[in-house]
Amino acid sequence: MTAPEELPKLIDDCVHCGFCLPTCPTYVLWGEEMDSPRGRIHLMKQHAEGTPLTPSMAGHFDACLGCMACVTSCPSGVQYDRLIEVTRAQVEQEHPRTRGERAIRGMVFALFPYPRRLRALRGPLRAYRRSGLDRAVRRTGLLERISPSLAAMERLAPAPGRAPRLPERVAARGDRRATVGMLTGCVQREFFPGVNAATARVLALEGCDVVVPRHQGCCGALSLHSGRADEARAFARRTVEAFEGVDVIVVNAAGCGSAMKEYADLLSGDPAWAARAEALGARTRDLAEFLVELGPRAERHPVPATVAYHDACHLSHAQGVRAQPRALLAGIPGLTVREIADPEICCGSAGTYNLFQPEAAGELGDRKAENVRATGAELLVAANPGCSMQIAAALRRRGEEIAVAHTAELLDASLRGLGRAGVLTQ
Amino acid sequence: MEEITRALVDLLGPGAVITDPVRLRTYECDGLTHHRATPGVVVLPESAEQVAAVVRLCVAAGVPYVARGSGTGLSGGALPRTDGVLIVTARMRRILEIDIANRRAVVEPGVINLDVTRAVRSEGYYFAPDPSSQQICSVGGNVAENSGGAHCLKYGFTAHHVLACEVVTPDGEIVTLTDGPGYDLLGAFVGAEGTLGITTKITVRLTRVPETVQTLLAAFESIEAGGVAVSAIIGAGVVPAAIEMMDALSIEAAEDAVACGYPPGAGAVLIVELDGPAAEVEHQFAEVERLCRDAGAFEIRIAADDAQRALIWKGRRSAFAAVGRISPAYLVQDGVIPRTALPEVLGRIDELSRQSGIKVANVFHAGDGNLHPLVLFDDAEPGAAERAEEVSGKILDLCIEHGGSITGEHGVGVDKSRYMPRMFTDIDLDTMQMVRCAFDPAGLCNPGKVFPTPRLCGEVPGVRKGVHPLVEQGKADLF
Repeated sequence: MTAPEELPKLIDDCVHCGFCLPTCPTYVLWGEEMDSPRGRIHLMKQHAEGTPLTPSMAGHFDACLGCMACVTSCPSGVQYDRLIEVTRAQVEQEHPRTRGERAIRGMVFALFPYPRRLRALRGPLRAYRRSGLDRAVRRTGLLERISPSLAAMERLAPAPGRAPRLPERVAARGDRRATVGMLTGCVQREFFPGVNAATARVLALEGCDVVVPRHQGCCGALSLHSGRADEARAFARRTVEAFEGVDVIVVNAAGCGSAMKEYADLLSGDPAWAARAEALGARTRDLAEFLVELGPRAERHPVPATVAYHDACHLSHAQGVRAQPRALLAGIPGLTVREIADPEICCGSAGTYNLFQPEAAGELGDRKAENVRATGAELLVAANPGCSMQIAAALRRRGEEIAVAHTAELLDASLRGLGRAGVLTQ
Repeated sequence: MEEITRALVDLLGPGAVITDPVRLRTYECDGLTHHRATPGVVVLPESAEQVAAVVRLCVAAGVPYVARGSGTGLSGGALPRTDGVLIVTARMRRILEIDIANRRAVVEPGVINLDVTRAVRSEGYYFAPDPSSQQICSVGGNVAENSGGAHCLKYGFTAHHVLACEVVTPDGEIVTLTDGPGYDLLGAFVGAEGTLGITTKITVRLTRVPETVQTLLAAFESIEAGGVAVSAIIGAGVVPAAIEMMDALSIEAAEDAVACGYPPGAGAVLIVELDGPAAEVEHQFAEVERLCRDAGAFEIRIAADDAQRALIWKGRRSAFAAVGRISPAYLVQDGVIPRTALPEVLGRIDELSRQSGIKVANVFHAGDGNLHPLVLFDDAEPGAAERAEEVSGKILDLCIEHGGSITGEHGVGVDKSRYMPRMFTDIDLDTMQMVRCAFDPAGLCNPGKVFPTPRLCGEVPGVRKGVHPLVEQGKADLF
């Protein structure tokens, strides 16, 4: 990981041109310099030059979504991703959190990176949704009073369906073209099991042997993007180990793929792991990226539907994957794909952001929901579980429902000839 | 400051007033970072009434104030006052009205330039001024600086696209200036660099999207060859929408930054864009292509579609910021020369660069002789900044010597006020300050900008005392 000593050099790359401002979600919301990438870099500079980390500074760093839209829009090549990563770690070390913040953070980081603990929640959550208790709780506003973060968590949580477990190996259909490892993720695996099943089927139908290592855990993305570097490194080592046997690791969650591609940097200070981490990062591919590289072989059947494609920040800004998912969707006969206005602006999900900064996340969710609605699409396609939950929740707040699907699910419906019913009745 | 800060909080609420020192410092400079001053207090008003009330508070307290849009200016025009109020228009960003039938739109000053175009593009219109920072610079800032852009050769500057401005005068009154009969006060206001008041509502002209746009990129072995092509094109009576030139060093930077894929080994590239009725454009485009080849272009690329056109422009548009990749620090210069003096002045700049050991990358609007030399230096090296500053100043001397100007579009601001006396006599400057005093007798509205020594209006800050020297000499009357 970038050492704090390297900060001044990285900070100096910024020429203060302001090109990052219009793509920064918090600048779009509040119009304040210190809540823009340029302003945050200025704050980092003040801190690097000896100003102690004040609560106001920490607040502006916490308010950053880490969406990396500024990295895309920066003409000077400022590595804001590295800057904010180091800065978040500094905030965790130097800035005392309130007891309430500590409790919520403790809970989030003790829950989300652990699929087994998430699984334990599935039953109670299902019962809670079915009983109608959720609506009653929301009416009382009780959670909101206890903690806005808890209330956000309650609102965002999906009603989990059945979760069939993937076998350790799924055999290729027809001649084998590749053997790929598949990351199942945490939230993806427990709350969106259909996405993983669709991913495995699509890969197999396209001629890939799919290996799903049993001993994989969290990739560490959530911790890495929240300044919990040691925790992230521990998760990263375990993931590296789990996937060392395969040529390619396919990831269907944008945040995870982005974190894994950065393993080299994360573990660069650890001689025993640096080379292994780098090798793993180089073999990691987003599902769409991999499928386009592989080229289509299986027959595509029509899916007559109108969809809006949403760019997940950790896919478009962090991994530069924009054209590939669109190309895959364009290859489905009968499918109409609409673009969402202001695609570069984050939906507010941003990993744990919608839990820790529920107010800003809610406003960004509303903006995105409005732009999604304006497309007139009947189905929202996104490649990150967080985005789907966030946008669907924002639409629900407006009293509207939209079906959501992962790119993998649409491809699955097309490859298996399920038609509209394959994606619109879920 | 404490007293006025309390009054500002009462007026606007705590969410629109910034007083925390750490936060205030993020406003210490605009796009020109070597002039810095932490503002006394920052306010983020949301309406003309609020701006007017803030100005009235400032006037009553004798506190100077400065307006700022997106903070992308390159002459320090929005440099704050440590003893003053910085009025930021970033929250005044509503597009109030779009009137396609009359080809006009009414916008608040914080609206981003490109957002005006985005709002009317589907109707077949756009907002013509296109500074390289159009994705973030504000329309209010464009009005203050009379911003140009790559296409001002054919379409003119912001002044040609503003039909009316609602203005908060330095007395705190809200008035509307139009281009109607009588003195052209709107003309005086646009480009006054925020010294005559703060615009709070702008009626802009919308321009019809041309039927056809054709863009080519021509690569030459040398800047001189590119210069010959420019003269030939203009000489042939073609008025391109834009002619832009970049030299080898700026190409290298842009290539590094955005991988624009310009022809390798080019000593200069020329971007020529023609727009208008299809028949006319096609005919002239063939001629431009021929003239480029005659001048020695070794490769010509023609954009087949908007995506390719965007790629050609990407390199040019990102050039300033991209230089950050090849140099730790740099100064962006902005000067104007007659087109015919281009080869000579560029030769002299090259000479200056070799003598001083300070590298200069050149990017320019070749069609109207507007140069943007980028003076590169390492700010960690002792004395380098001063030497760069000296080279930069000498470039301006070259411009004046050849009958040009010290600024084409970035404005004078705080950065170039000291060069004003090289271009104007004392009497010229005094006369200009008379205009300023007529609007701002107290000298509180963006003081310290444009003029080298604010010798009139009783200095700043403070209320004017005594008789104006020109009045005393009987050269002018003050009404």
